[in-house]
Amino acid sequence: MSVHSSIPRVDAVAKVTGQAKYTADLVPPNALYAKIVHATITNGLVKRIDGAQAQQVPGFVKLVTCFDAPKTLFPTPGHPWSVEKAHQDVCDRRLLDERVRLYGDNIAVVIARTPLAAAKAARLVRVEYEEYPPLLSPRQALLPGAGALHAQKPDNLLARSSFTVGEGTYADAVASEPDCVELVRTYDTQTVQHCHLELAQSMAYMEGDRIVVVSSTQIPHIIRRIIGQALSLPLGKIRVVKPYIGGGFGNKQDALVEPLAAWLTTLVGGRCVFLELTREETFTATRVRHAISFDIRALVRRDGTLVARKLTAYSSQGGYASHGHSIVANSAAVFKQLYHDQRVLEADALTVYTSLPTGGAMRGYGIPQIDFAAECMADDLCRMIGMDPVDFRLRNCTPEGYVDPHTGITFHSYGMRECLLKGREAFGWDEKRRAFQHQTGPKRRGVGMANFIYKTGVHPISLETAAARLTLNQDGSVMLQSGATEIGQGADTVLTQMAAEALGLSPERVHIVSTQDTDFTPFDLGAYASRQTYISGMAVKRAAEALRRRILDYAAGLLGREAQSLDIRGDAVVDASSGETLRSMTDLAMEAQYSLQNAAHLSAEYTYHCKDNTFSSGACFAQVEVDIPLCKVKIERILIVHDSGRLINPQLAAAQAHGGVSMGVGYALYEEMLFDGKGKPLNDNLLDYKLPTSMDSPDVETLFVELDDPTGPYGNKALGEPPAIPPAPAIRNAVLHATGVAVDSLPLSPQKLYEHFVKAGLMRDIAKEVDA
Amino acid sequence: MYDIASLHRAVSVEDALRALAANENALVISGGTDVLVQNREGRHAGAALVSIHDLEEIRGVSLLENGDILIGAATCFTDLTNSPIIQSHIPMLGLAADEVGSPQIRNAGTIGGNVCNGVTSADTAPSLLALDAELELRSLEGERRVPLEAFYTGPGRTVRRRDELLCFLRIRPDSYHNVGGCYIKYGKRNAMEISTLGCAVALRLRDGVIERVRVAYGVAGPTPARCAAAEVAALGKPATAQTVEQTADAAVRALHPRTSWRASREFRLQLSHELLKRAMTQAIANAGGNADV
Repeated sequence: MSVHSSIPRVDAVAKVTGQAKYTADLVPPNALYAKIVHATITNGLVKRIDGAQAQQVPGFVKLVTCFDAPKTLFPTPGHPWSVEKAHQDVCDRRLLDERVRLYGDNIAVVIARTPLAAAKAARLVRVEYEEYPPLLSPRQALLPGAGALHAQKPDNLLARSSFTVGEGTYADAVASEPDCVELVRTYDTQTVQHCHLELAQSMAYMEGDRIVVVSSTQIPHIIRRIIGQALSLPLGKIRVVKPYIGGGFGNKQDALVEPLAAWLTTLVGGRCVFLELTREETFTATRVRHAISFDIRALVRRDGTLVARKLTAYSSQGGYASHGHSIVANSAAVFKQLYHDQRVLEADALTVYTSLPTGGAMRGYGIPQIDFAAECMADDLCRMIGMDPVDFRLRNCTPEGYVDPHTGITFHSYGMRECLLKGREAFGWDEKRRAFQHQTGPKRRGVGMANFIYKTGVHPISLETAAARLTLNQDGSVMLQSGATEIGQGADTVLTQMAAEALGLSPERVHIVSTQDTDFTPFDLGAYASRQTYISGMAVKRAAEALRRRILDYAAGLLGREAQSLDIRGDAVVDASSGETLRSMTDLAMEAQYSLQNAAHLSAEYTYHCKDNTFSSGACFAQVEVDIPLCKVKIERILIVHDSGRLINPQLAAAQAHGGVSMGVGYALYEEMLFDGKGKPLNDNLLDYKLPTSMDSPDVETLFVELDDPTGPYGNKALGEPPAIPPAPAIRNAVLHATGVAVDSLPLSPQKLYEHFVKAGLMRDIAKEVDA
Repeated sequence: MYDIASLHRAVSVEDALRALAANENALVISGGTDVLVQNREGRHAGAALVSIHDLEEIRGVSLLENGDILIGAATCFTDLTNSPIIQSHIPMLGLAADEVGSPQIRNAGTIGGNVCNGVTSADTAPSLLALDAELELRSLEGERRVPLEAFYTGPGRTVRRRDELLCFLRIRPDSYHNVGGCYIKYGKRNAMEISTLGCAVALRLRDGVIERVRVAYGVAGPTPARCAAAEVAALGKPATAQTVEQTADAAVRALHPRTSWRASREFRLQLSHELLKRAMTQAIANAGGNADV
């Protein structure tokens, strides 16, 4: 079997040896370098830009400002374009804009002969502003008279959606069940950034009247469309090339610098312009994970039955729409899907423009946020009624056979309960829960857990389509081209495995073209959601099946046999019943290519338009030791159990889980973008933004419940994003178990824990004693 | 993307001193882990760098006949912690060096740079203060010795003149003989971290009584500094948990940490108290006592 086995990554050698070429490796020696001039105010208007000093820098080539940029507004998110106007992405961005909507907004660009000259000149550009008060939270931006960030949205409300599931209202439920316990709480999540190693960067040049953009992107075909929209050019004039990329995590599921780079090359006669952001710029001027604040009310019977819930979610969009309301709408959907309410659920979600870095896509797409809120809610309810957290989930979680009442998405292969039970057993949950019950002293242990649900693709909210192409080489190997992008997650490897499986070839005979080039790569929407193994994988499988039929048809003619009596096994055409080798693939391919009687160049292409979807699920269990006087949490053990269908490559699957849990650990304890009172970033670098290092990352235990999902190409479903979802609430709930302190916001930073522990009387109030 | 006008790779201390004296924009660079980061941010634009990276004469650790330990300023953190002299005589300094950044940074960054940078978060500074380190500064005009305690004048500022080179750090036998020491750094994560607070304690016991003690903090004030109130509270007292508690209580009453976005004053006071307790308890253990109840 090529699938369901841990073959080595197909890109491992190229990446480890440094042979793999990334965008910056491809910049030609005579390229020009661009440096963006960023606003040094948070909200306001550029009145004047003075480039006199900048022009004096040796190597200076050109200054272009917001006053030179086209007035065209374009969208940036990497969604498939909707042919229905009502569902199209919001167009609210210009290439450069005099209206400043966040600290670090793009207002001008210097082009120079060297990166240093560009940076020096950019520092010397003088800007005059008219300044407005910053809008630093959704609640503040919604206040009357706050002032509009975008003229189209005078009240700063980008979008709002609400739904009710069940009968009546939440208030009715409260009134009619007086014996219930009610939780009323606000859970807050913070702004975090993807922190992919390779910074946002693109180079652009012209060939004739066509613009070529080489970029570190997850979505080359979509980027091509967005560049066309931004520059008002027909798409055929644009070519986007995606080489190897050093991570994306959703940030590069957005047009970041590509439209600007494409425009700049047109201003310098088509010369190559390279635009690479620094880490600081990547923090503020690309995308972040939305900070969302959740007001939750929940009603539970004393036996643990969840009766009703009410959710109001405020999502901080930042300065530009990007993925916008899709994120918090996704949050609200999972709040609905994760638990069943006996009576009613009311949900209301608002996405509000704020003068902060723009929220975009990030691994989990709104679900790490809501999972924190929902799973804190669950444990806080458990504490109120004295119930075991796993028992509470087993009683109230998504039922088998679940169908989402709004989208019709069906839980085709249901492993949620099994994940809970398997995790409970493997972790020794019940014993640990008892053992850590009544601790005293400065260091205390606790265990906590969290559950999650996650849909695999984006159907029926958006189009799901993918194409793949296979060509038989003269040596009997095949070239595989897919529009799906390898961004480090292992797509190239699992697509190779699936093609090999469907063809009957060994994986070594499948050569995947890692580069996507919109001039010749089949269309695919790119790396996002947890869709590629599921959607693009099906396109590869079907294309491989088509090529297999063509090969066998050709072989049938050559061998004078019926095609149905033949098969491909062990890199040869064999007799399907006896297994006898009839012709090696090498001989067959050479014959097909050069036959003087019947030359046939065998290839196949398939477009898969997916009109289904399925849920993944799982649970995370964490054991912590809390050092109370130092306000520090040490993760002693962390286990994640996934219901992700059949695994195509178990080792890669475990690696996905390790990386996702590490991201979840950062979300739980360390990571947070901080801003001063004026909206200026305080920690826009990797020293002050506390990404967990390898010294902070616990060993991650992984378990899989492998059920065959009938909608996946090989029984598989989502795994890319899910590992990042449940660690944060599991860790928070473990801290609650250890200390009795229920923290209601992320991250559980030492400063925050200090304030909670002093308030809870867990330690002396040294500062108060000193001040007394 | 570094804005560097010139780089002079000095071949001797004399050569470096001449280069520093010859150009008033000249700046010393050794490992570069601070200078290059600052340059990338636009500071010292057009710098004329004088590299002391290759100067073997101010590298390494030696034990003199009189018992003085001499540490070359250009000794990188990795070499410092691997030095048998450091390991056997002043292990607390090696452990402090291990707290710096990452293995890569410790291979490049030097103890001289850590001190001359003048920042309050320098990981080796509290331990060096607790060991009464003396600095040997040289210029074309000659040599002068400055106790580390008198070296800092403010955040990022020291008494070192621009044309002076820190060549050696000297630690005298009385500061380390039979002394138990411990440095604890508090950072939000376990590596690649700037200190939120650091506390070093070095002490000597006689018959269970603390007969000599140094307490020094980093980030509890604008510069690394000794805490006299804590030393007074501990001196002459039995090496017990009660003394440790009283020393910590005395320390926090004398400290004035500030609130920044990295940590509040209140939290830093809590850390100052707890870190001192833990560092002192360990120092007592290292000195042959036991204050762990």
